[in-house]
Amino acid sequence: MNFAIKAALGLAVLGLAACNNPNKYGDGVVDPGGAYGNGTYGAGAGGVSQGNINDPNSPAYFNGKVGDMVHFLVDQSTLSGQATQILAGQAQWLNSHPQYSAIIEGHADEQGTREYNLALGARRASAVQEYLISQGVAGNRLRTVSYGKERPLETCAAESCFAQNRRAVTVISLGAGS
Amino acid sequence: MFRFALAALAALMIGPGVAFAQNGPLHIEIDEGVIEPLPYAMPVFLDEGGGGKLAADISKVVNADLEGTGLFRRIAENAYLQKFSAFNTPVSYADWQAINAQALVVGGVSSQGGKVVVKFRLYDVYSGQELGQGQQLAASADSWRRLAHKVADVIYSRITGESGYFDSRVVFVAESGPKNARQKRLAVMDYDGVNVNYLTDSSTIVLAPRFSPKGDRVLFTTFETGFPRIKIINVSNAAGNILPEVPGTMSFSPRFSPDGGSIVFSLEQNGNTDLYKSGASGGSPVRLTNSPAIETAPSFSPDGSRIVFESDRSGGQQIYIMSAGGGEPTRISFGDGRYGTPVWSPRGDLIAFTKQSGGRFFIGVMRTDGSEERLLTASYLDEGPTWAPNGRVLMFTREAPGAGGGAQLFSVDVSGRNLKKVGNPGGASDPSWGPLRP
Repeated sequence: MNFAIKAALGLAVLGLAACNNPNKYGDGVVDPGGAYGNGTYGAGAGGVSQGNINDPNSPAYFNGKVGDMVHFLVDQSTLSGQATQILAGQAQWLNSHPQYSAIIEGHADEQGTREYNLALGARRASAVQEYLISQGVAGNRLRTVSYGKERPLETCAAESCFAQNRRAVTVISLGAGS
Repeated sequence: MFRFALAALAALMIGPGVAFAQNGPLHIEIDEGVIEPLPYAMPVFLDEGGGGKLAADISKVVNADLEGTGLFRRIAENAYLQKFSAFNTPVSYADWQAINAQALVVGGVSSQGGKVVVKFRLYDVYSGQELGQGQQLAASADSWRRLAHKVADVIYSRITGESGYFDSRVVFVAESGPKNARQKRLAVMDYDGVNVNYLTDSSTIVLAPRFSPKGDRVLFTTFETGFPRIKIINVSNAAGNILPEVPGTMSFSPRFSPDGGSIVFSLEQNGNTDLYKSGASGGSPVRLTNSPAIETAPSFSPDGSRIVFESDRSGGQQIYIMSAGGGEPTRISFGDGRYGTPVWSPRGDLIAFTKQSGGRFFIGVMRTDGSEERLLTASYLDEGPTWAPNGRVLMFTREAPGAGGGAQLFSVDVSGRNLKKVGNPGGASDPSWGPLRP
């Protein structure tokens, strides 16, 4: 009983954090990786004009209002109900903005070995990609990349941070895909 | 040589029962787990002309190597009764027995024709004879640390009966910056953390390098194209190339075969990661595993016939062994928690691994059939063991928790003793221990 309540609470907190996440990227930084140096993100991930968050056609709107990020449970790549809701919104936006393509970045928390986490991040990115394709987004507009545990958002040694780091981020860029 | 042969013969004829009644021949059996380090004496090497400061510097490194194993303890010089004025001064064994030295090392350093020359003799104090022959080694002045490591390797080897590991290098990832913006560079260093040399800049993420069996090339994973790809470079000039791409995939976790001629690695397609094998230049990969699970972190057996790897096909990471040509693997790890990053010992007898259980990480070893699991370390995050060339010591990454937590290299004996941080190379992770250098 006690455990169930805790677990429910944990989920609630997690959900809240995800929703409230003040879009780390909503403040003018489209590419979360930009801070880490050039070249890291490669293929067209950067350089998109952010636009106004209240303009439904802007990348800022995609990142901030639609939501560019979904989270995962420990060692899992299954999409939660909340994640599919966000991804449905992403698909809708991408379907109505064909001039954009996306790279889906998969990430893991640091509680795993480095190479396994790289593979786990790829599983997560792929789960998002498959879902977006199932919602009608053309596969050639979506690429995936895994960063494993190399690019955490949060750095504390606690589940509250690990939960933020187990994520897949849809990074949009101009270009109709390959 | 002649003199030594005679002495050995004499010892044999008299027999250990008489000659070594009290003390036995000078020998450390590492397997028995040394609790009390062997006391030895080593006067600072004599300057035999032009040696200068190097005589003391080389002595210091020899002592650091020997004492760093936890198997030896140097008796302080102020206790020595006999003073050596020359390299060939006859040894007064009684003087060394009186201070309980089991072994005595006498050495000299000189400069000859632009080279540094080191010579040394090792004596078995209680049997009153030289152990092995005196040796002389020469190198350019900037390689003086290698000379010291080689001297220490010979001493270690003669006393333990094992090959040494001091004259070896480690390739690793040098880390700087905070946890959420870590900068990573490929680097090599001596086994003791000295002589750090960078092979890449920090413009992109690099991961999990592996030395070639000869120590002349390095395989690693790089994000320089924006996506994880395998690259192979020469250690001497850092020149190399990214292996050919299989479209739509991520490739990582590369490892050399023991002959250096082929590689095994992970290839991800549509979220599924399997193991593949190819030539060392990456052409026409052959699939070794075929499962919807993650198969990664492979490691060849020393004879090249088998591959140990991790797979989460059972629901969590576990360790499996298969033939080097692929086929049905056998699971060998069955304890609580997750098991990953298996590495086959160069002696062939053990698999070292990372274990995760109860929110902690452990470095451990087990036999190749999974029996006799022993955990050697535990912390918030210990990961990725690599074997010393003689299979007696493991080096691994230890990452501290929290925003300020950095990664450092640690080493531990296969017995679980002598856990320590490796030198001061700065933030460091993903070590791969190279071979003993020629």
